[in-house]
Amino acid sequence: MKKVGNHKSISRIIALSLAFVMSISLNSFAQEAASAVAATTAPAAGGDAVQGKALFNANCAACHKLDAKMTGPALRGVTAKYDKAWIYKWVKNSSELIASGDADAVKVFNENNKSVMTAFPQLSNADIDNILAYTDTVIETPDKGDTIPGPDKGAEGGISNNLILGLLAGILAVLVAMLFMVNNVLNKIAKENGIEVAEKAKTLPIWKSFAKNQFLVLVSVIFLMLTSAYFVYGYLSQIGVDKDYAPIQPIHYSHKIHAGDNGIECKYCHSSARTSKTAGIPSLNVCMNCHKNISEFQGDKDSTYVEYTKEYYTGEIQKLYDAVGWDKTTQKYTGKTKPVKWVRIHNLPDFVYFNHSQHVTVAGIECQKCHGPVETFEIQKQFAPLTMGWCVNCHRETDVKVEGNDYYKKIHEELSKKYGVDKLTAAQMGGLECGKCHY
Amino acid sequence: MSSNKKYWKSVEELNENSSIVETLRNNEFVEEIPTNEFLGDAATLATSSTTRRDFLKYVGFTTAAASLAACEGPVHKTIPYVVQPEEIIPGVADYYATTIADGFDFANILVKTREGRPIKIENNKIAGANFHANARVHASVLSLYDNMRLKTSKIAGKDATWDQANAKIKASVADAKAKGGKVVLLTNTAASPSTDRLIAQFLASNPNAKHVTYDAVSSSEALDAFQMVYGERALADYDFSKANVIVSIGADFLGDWQGGGFDSGYAQGRIPQNGKMSRHFQFESNMTLSGAAADKRVPMTVANQKQALVQIYNVITGSSIGSAKDEAVMKAAQQLKAAGSKGVLVCGIDDKNAQLLVLAINRALSSEAFNTVNTRQIRKGNNADVKQLLADMKSGAVHTLIMNGVSPAYSLPNGKEFTDSLKKVKLSVAFAMKEDETAAISSIAVATPHYLESWGDVSIVKGSYALTQPTIRPLFDTVQFQDALLSWTGNTQTYYDYLRASWSGAKSWNQLVHDGVAVTEGVSASAGAGADFNGAASTLAKAAASKLELVLYTKTGLGDGQQANNPWLQEFPDPITRASWDNYLTISQADATTSGIENWNVANGGLNGSYVTLTVDGVKLEKVPVIIQPGQAKGTVGLALGYGRKAAMKEEMQVGVNAYTLYNNFSNVQNVSIAKEDGEHEFACVQLQRTLMGRGDIIKETSLDIFNTKEAGEWNLVPMVSLDHKEVPATSVDLWESFDRSVGHHFNLSIDLNACTGCGACVIACHAENNVPVVGKSEVRRSRDMHWLRIDRYYSAATTFEGDNKLKEGSEGLMDSVATLRGMETPSDNPQVAFQPVMCQHCNHAPCETVCPVAATSHSRQGQNHMAYNRCVGTRYCANNCPYKVRRFNWFLYNGNDEFDYHMNDDLGRMVLNPDVNVRSRGVMEKCSMCIQMTQKTILTAKREGREVKADEFETACSNACTSGAMVFGDVNNKEDKVTELSEDKRMYHLLEHIGTKPNVFYHVKVRN
Repeated sequence: MKKVGNHKSISRIIALSLAFVMSISLNSFAQEAASAVAATTAPAAGGDAVQGKALFNANCAACHKLDAKMTGPALRGVTAKYDKAWIYKWVKNSSELIASGDADAVKVFNENNKSVMTAFPQLSNADIDNILAYTDTVIETPDKGDTIPGPDKGAEGGISNNLILGLLAGILAVLVAMLFMVNNVLNKIAKENGIEVAEKAKTLPIWKSFAKNQFLVLVSVIFLMLTSAYFVYGYLSQIGVDKDYAPIQPIHYSHKIHAGDNGIECKYCHSSARTSKTAGIPSLNVCMNCHKNISEFQGDKDSTYVEYTKEYYTGEIQKLYDAVGWDKTTQKYTGKTKPVKWVRIHNLPDFVYFNHSQHVTVAGIECQKCHGPVETFEIQKQFAPLTMGWCVNCHRETDVKVEGNDYYKKIHEELSKKYGVDKLTAAQMGGLECGKCHY
Repeated sequence: MSSNKKYWKSVEELNENSSIVETLRNNEFVEEIPTNEFLGDAATLATSSTTRRDFLKYVGFTTAAASLAACEGPVHKTIPYVVQPEEIIPGVADYYATTIADGFDFANILVKTREGRPIKIENNKIAGANFHANARVHASVLSLYDNMRLKTSKIAGKDATWDQANAKIKASVADAKAKGGKVVLLTNTAASPSTDRLIAQFLASNPNAKHVTYDAVSSSEALDAFQMVYGERALADYDFSKANVIVSIGADFLGDWQGGGFDSGYAQGRIPQNGKMSRHFQFESNMTLSGAAADKRVPMTVANQKQALVQIYNVITGSSIGSAKDEAVMKAAQQLKAAGSKGVLVCGIDDKNAQLLVLAINRALSSEAFNTVNTRQIRKGNNADVKQLLADMKSGAVHTLIMNGVSPAYSLPNGKEFTDSLKKVKLSVAFAMKEDETAAISSIAVATPHYLESWGDVSIVKGSYALTQPTIRPLFDTVQFQDALLSWTGNTQTYYDYLRASWSGAKSWNQLVHDGVAVTEGVSASAGAGADFNGAASTLAKAAASKLELVLYTKTGLGDGQQANNPWLQEFPDPITRASWDNYLTISQADATTSGIENWNVANGGLNGSYVTLTVDGVKLEKVPVIIQPGQAKGTVGLALGYGRKAAMKEEMQVGVNAYTLYNNFSNVQNVSIAKEDGEHEFACVQLQRTLMGRGDIIKETSLDIFNTKEAGEWNLVPMVSLDHKEVPATSVDLWESFDRSVGHHFNLSIDLNACTGCGACVIACHAENNVPVVGKSEVRRSRDMHWLRIDRYYSAATTFEGDNKLKEGSEGLMDSVATLRGMETPSDNPQVAFQPVMCQHCNHAPCETVCPVAATSHSRQGQNHMAYNRCVGTRYCANNCPYKVRRFNWFLYNGNDEFDYHMNDDLGRMVLNPDVNVRSRGVMEKCSMCIQMTQKTILTAKREGREVKADEFETACSNACTSGAMVFGDVNNKEDKVTELSEDKRMYHLLEHIGTKPNVFYHVKVRN
């Protein structure tokens, strides 16, 4: 009997679904375990490391890091090197100390490119103690699982859904198996009882009767042709439309980290979007405004955006330094630059004129309207199709922002009277005329 | 039944034993097929390892590879700055004020740069910047990107660094000093105070050195005359806006006479205001721009001009030197005298006596237009010095010759002699932008930067100081002459530091750099020894006439020929003859007939003409094409300088003949004899029709009398059409429902035919702004020129256009009409001339829009007729339906076809393209867009600043370039715009009004005094 073989496959399905369910539950245990890891700190005497961290971030972080040299030296374990009283003096007014000819002070000053440290007379000795307590915290030795974040980061809601679905699938499979078995059993019973199962009467095969009906053939041919024409047209109109184009860039730049997690305003880097037709790819000196101080990736170990390793991200920052010619150990520009050849993502044809400032500054449209939720993009891609239909649709639907703009005052008054509407769309303002974008 | 007829193939067959018949019977082709040309190299073929099969494999592989590669979309790279300069925002243009001073053209300009590349020249309109850009200055930005420029210094033809070259020069100068040999600096007119100081320092430290100034086109006689009377070697300046009567004797002051730049002042007085306008008499031999603009033009030989000058001198000063009497001259002289201080006389005769008389006459008139205080510094060339230098070189007295900005080997009449005597000079150094005729034969050629890459200062007229600043980093390894001078005088400063340190005016240095100009105070006139004017007049009156005079002139396009490798200028049609890519002999119809010279049109519409050989003083110039020029004085012929260059020129640009070879004694008039030659020359002439045929609906003209006394309806006729069997004005009939254009902007362009001098600055500005391609001589000949803006030139068939109208109206009956109209096709011997700039008229009822099958051209609410290139499929219906013939078809991919080796097919030349305007492709119609990119930009700026558009803020490239005020652009819905007032003027009319297209470009009736 042919159907015997089915038993085997059914059992396989059941086994697989069970395994699936198990794996999900195992995962969820792993998650809990990870969150249970706590920071271990060894507070220095006479200081509160938690308050110290806040003070450090507010006052010192612009020039100092715990473990790496920036404008100023690395500060971890600084109490071991210098006497506390000396540190108080240094922090409160370092130039005075240097001027006094203190050997240590002069040495530190010379070691750090003779850059003068801001004086902090407002910090009390207790504050400095707190900061020092923070700088004395021992480096954590995190679990391996944390430094290599995997892509398997299921959310809690997802687990329960999967569980239910898996169970349902299992039940369904069992039911199907039962149906076959019942059928088999019934057939066997019928055979043993000598009851012949009625054979179906032979009729003309359906495809033959279809072929004989010429009308039906005609209709279906037309139907088929129209359908295929529809799909061919759809396919052809996709040519040159590069929606979701996400090329590999020479430097892995994550908008998610910059615009999303750190909340940097789009126009901080793409400043020319305000005044120019191009939004512009920021020049590398703009990157260095922040990256002079951020030389390594410092994403929190429990942050949700980590898809690559810390080392990977730090390596990408190093690529920036190579391009701009920045030596992070000496904190100096070497003068050897190597401009970055980015791959252009949004490519409008030459015959289209698009001006960012018109949309960004005048119309006040959010960048996300055309570029999508960039702050969630790990890899930047083209979000909108950038077809003419897409442009025109928006011009038809969007009201012109006339408030507070004297340019529109008179025109809007007269036009809205003419069309009998309160609000004018870009199309009604003449935003659909060919020559507005094609010249 | 078969026929016995025998068909003869040729007469040869009658000859029974003809070998030809036999050969033809055996051979399929009459001539042997040149298979040997490509299969002849049997040895190579035999040794080649590529078999037929391999070949097929290669072909198959490459085809497959090519088609596979085509499947993948192109990857565009974008490279931002590493450190972005503060003042550059990608996509936003920066403007820098600077000054051009190339020895021939001088102007205060603004340079538009995009991402650090200069892309367009505009006029500096700040107070004090009075010298505006002409067509050549507008085109000079393209010369910056000339790929034939000298890219590094050369010693004896081999690439060398500046340090190597400089060491040699210094050694040679020291050697000369030690041995007492002469060192000569031969330069063009720099008009640069700092350069003059540097040269003076050099001369001071080298007592054996001498400075010679050499202008390729000399004004030396005028300078000598001025020096004699006023003690300063300079030229008088003229402000024609202050003159009511202008008399010009052979001076094309609207062209390049004494440095040009007089047109804006002249045009001011030409627009009738309160019933008055200036009256302009022109006595000249060639037909010039000034002659075309004149109210009364009298063609005259130069000999007669001299007599006329003496005659006027007699009338004005009351002296009685014997001279020929001429009625027209007398009339002009009397009016000039009556005008008194409101009159002015200018003269272009290269004769010291003539120039002395000019000074005498203007002094006697105490002419307000005549300015001897703020003198022109832009021509300093000294003929005597140059001659002395040549003699010294010949005798071997010159040890070291250092040249800057000049090419005597090309521009001296005896270039060969110069070349020979240059060999006797121990060290010759040419500071040159190109490896031109002179740089190629000099011991050292030093590459110099273009003015857009240089620092400098210019004093165009006394009392004004202008600055030249670089607008781009030097493209090549170049050295400025001034930096070299500093090095030779032992100064370690850079020229920039020197320049900056030497500024001591009231303005701060930064302000000066920003403005580009400063007015310096305290200029006073100096007085010279005075002169014997009567003596000069009597000498002049004795001038003998010659049989045929050759009058050399400079063309609006090429000038003295410095920018001959500039395709924009080569393709720029001469305003008078409308021929591009050539120079030619202009001759009167009468002289042409006697010499058997002809012009004729061939089947494709091209203009052909005869060749002649010119002989001046035994020097022959062969194969000079001839154009018959209406208005050319009988007994004179004209020929333009600046053509016929060969060195450092692209092949296409090596056109014309070198007229400098006939420029003997630096005089623009030569005795010549002509002899007709065989062969015919093919001209690239863009306008074949020559007369207006009495069609008053194209150019409306009237006289000041009629304009002042009659109603507008009489001289500015509105054409009548028949509607419902009634005669109604054409302007009242509308075929279509008219769109309401009262809301928002409505752009109009006004063109005043009174103010237009035909200078062509707008044509080049349009080229630069709109990426108009250059198509080359043979395409222009096929009427495929791409100019979006053309300046039509019309002659009258009678002596005046008014006469044309009378002729036309006077003819009765079919036969008479046909005969009259035929006759009217030929221009008069001394016709009136009118210029009319024509671009897309942006009709409100545009005939082109209704015939486009794909709706690629459509109308905007703002009055512009749009052209969507990406939509165009190239049916050319629109061009056929356009009554103004302003649409241009892209027959070829001009930016990607090696056949068109002009700037668009050149990596360097492409840098001049305007990134805001599309570069059109093949098979697409294009036309004037009324600079929509500029109007849109103005609107956007206003929007961004949250304000209304200011009055007269809108500009187009042409209106911006027009300094005579002929073109005014603006928004007629803005009551404060100047164009609104102009659109309501009674002189306003539309081109071909009777066809009801309702254009947004309008013209103003030309009024002649």
